[in-house]
Amino acid sequence: MAPQRSQSARGYVATVSLPALPPPIGTSGLTGWMRQNLFYNLTNSLMTIFTVVLIWLLFSSASGWFVFDAVMQAGSKQECLKIDSGACWAVIGKRIEQFMFGFYPEAERWRPLVCFLLLFVAIGPLLLPSFPARRQMLWFSAFYPVLTGVLLLGGAFGMPPVKTALFGGFMLTLIVGVTGIAASLPLGILLALGRQSKLLAVRTLSVMFIEFMRGVPLITLLFVASTMLNYFLPPGTHFDLLLRVLIMVTFFSAAYIAEVIRGGLQAIPAGQYEAAQAIGLNYWQTTRLVTLPQALKISIPGIVNTFIGLYKDTTLVIVIGLLDPLGIGRAALADANWNGLSNEIYLFVALFFFVSCFAMSRYSLWLEKRLATEHR
Amino acid sequence: MSYLNSIWRNEHSRGVLIQVFVLTGFFALFSWLIGNVISNFTSLNKGFGFDFLLLPAGYDINQTLIEYTNRSTHLRAAIVGLLNTFLVAAVGVVLATLLGFILGVARLSRNWLISKLAYIYIEFTRNVPVLLHILLWHGIIVNTMPHPRQALTIGEVLFLTNRGLYVPKPIAETGIGLVWLGVVAALFFSVGFARYSRARQRQSGLQWPVFRINLVIWILLPMLAFFLAGQPVSLNLPVLTGFNFRGGIQLPPEFVALTFALAIYTAAFIGEIVRAGIVAVDKGQREAAEAIGLKPGQVMNEVILPQARRIIIPPLTSQYLNLTKNSSLAIAIGYMDIVATLGGITLNQTGREMEAMLMVMGIYLIISLLISALMNWYNSRVRLVGR
Repeated sequence: MAPQRSQSARGYVATVSLPALPPPIGTSGLTGWMRQNLFYNLTNSLMTIFTVVLIWLLFSSASGWFVFDAVMQAGSKQECLKIDSGACWAVIGKRIEQFMFGFYPEAERWRPLVCFLLLFVAIGPLLLPSFPARRQMLWFSAFYPVLTGVLLLGGAFGMPPVKTALFGGFMLTLIVGVTGIAASLPLGILLALGRQSKLLAVRTLSVMFIEFMRGVPLITLLFVASTMLNYFLPPGTHFDLLLRVLIMVTFFSAAYIAEVIRGGLQAIPAGQYEAAQAIGLNYWQTTRLVTLPQALKISIPGIVNTFIGLYKDTTLVIVIGLLDPLGIGRAALADANWNGLSNEIYLFVALFFFVSCFAMSRYSLWLEKRLATEHR
Repeated sequence: MSYLNSIWRNEHSRGVLIQVFVLTGFFALFSWLIGNVISNFTSLNKGFGFDFLLLPAGYDINQTLIEYTNRSTHLRAAIVGLLNTFLVAAVGVVLATLLGFILGVARLSRNWLISKLAYIYIEFTRNVPVLLHILLWHGIIVNTMPHPRQALTIGEVLFLTNRGLYVPKPIAETGIGLVWLGVVAALFFSVGFARYSRARQRQSGLQWPVFRINLVIWILLPMLAFFLAGQPVSLNLPVLTGFNFRGGIQLPPEFVALTFALAIYTAAFIGEIVRAGIVAVDKGQREAAEAIGLKPGQVMNEVILPQARRIIIPPLTSQYLNLTKNSSLAIAIGYMDIVATLGGITLNQTGREMEAMLMVMGIYLIISLLISALMNWYNSRVRLVGR
């Protein structure tokens, strides 16, 4: 029965209470969340169902190969195939020491291992402001490159010398990556300042260097380092291949860092420069105390991205014959016992790079949040 | 002494002094390097010159866009390599853009599952070196794909085997000119129509569905021409004969792996660029557009995207440039691009490291300087004029 309504001239007045509306669709709890995020209309629901099916198909077909049918221990690919049809992870187990150290002499492998552990002690105080005894530990960080050099190369304190040609595996990746990162930041800052300089000659040279390095692929620079650098040096100069690679990688990424920092420098309001001049600071004081700290802060995402790029680019050294993890993997593939196991080997190396690069990008996000001093 | 001091104290004369020092140092270093090169070259009895480019190359290239035999010159081999570089770059850019935009939009989807899936894809892809992507895909094609006899196929037209991808080859017959005419006409019409409707909208506020009409024209005109001319294109399908395919176009595994890997890798970066560009548009813009009653599609097309485009395009171009430069990694799997021909086999055969590397680097340098000049021009055109 419809509610009776008064039709008087005073307008619409309900004489009986209207039935309550149904409650709004819940937006809290698991069902509410699912309704909001997975099934909020028809297309959306269809997409969700389609995606779930897709994920399930992928998972069910891949999990067998990756885990359930995989072989962990075998002597060759043929043995793997006899045991089961999945991935032959045995090749990783057999070659794991090469993947880590390359051809570094077995008796001396404690040296890179010590360096690796000390790396965390050395970069800890640089990365974490709350590191215990940070001030004192920074001295250790400054001393760390020398320590690593002595430990890895040997030839002092009774440690037998090791040729750099024997360096390889993840150890080589870390050497090239960490050295490149540490050396390219200061060089990049100088280049960025040079590009912003009022002096024409300084500016032109910086621009030429930066644009050249950014304009050519790293691989051509590595070719130059490996085949042609001797022509540019006095006859008979011997120059270690690893050192040449380190220099080229540093130059290359310094050019990219310079562009990132230039962006940061340009984003700083002119008032900052003017205020610094007004209180009588000279160029270097202005740069060191006022502009550069702000510019570096806003360039952090770009700088870390460049570092991640450099770290990934270390894989290119295989093209000139250095044995980084990819090189070791390719050597294993060339072995008749493991011929054709490219998926296993490359996925393993990919996992290593993913873990380290993902960690770097997470750190950059954390640092960005910590340094975000402006109030939003 | 005080005189020297006063020179150093004066900003202008100090600037001059510093520049003189820097230039002297630079030219000293430069002439030292060149001097070393000259003395090294004379002691090795090496000359410097580009006449080696006209010698017969003597090696084969498995994928050539222009006519080439192993009796052609090194110069021609280099051009074949350069065209192969451009081919990979062009196909890679198109694929990466398509996939990248899908990823960017998926990242912003209201559907939690889809946005998380896109996020996982992006993080896994861009945190792995591109060289690894290339080697992995090459390995998958060569080691995991079936022999031609058990080829994976899509409708008996495309065949994927461990020897590469086989696609139908279109063969032009007489009357193809009319189809091209149709394409050109569609191009002119769509540009003209877009301009006209924009002017009309500025004047009267009335809109045409420009994109849809142009899409129809783009499909209709060439189709019409195609049938009017009596279907002047026939397809040469790949057919299995014996142990391998005959006919069609064979895309070698190197090309497929390289293009695929570069596209997948670059798409992850493009996805993030697209997402960042859309997010960067001020929230008030969307709210204002919704407040004046625009439909969701209009909000996106008329308000958000034109503003996001200004943010997206510069980093997008530098990703295209990165893709082109990364295509030089082709040498790791033996795809014959400019680095593998001129900077690889030609270099090794003629022993002209200096000249070959100078040319390779020069070519890449020209490409990237051209593109960044284009970018600067675009930036100055679309820049918001500040107060």
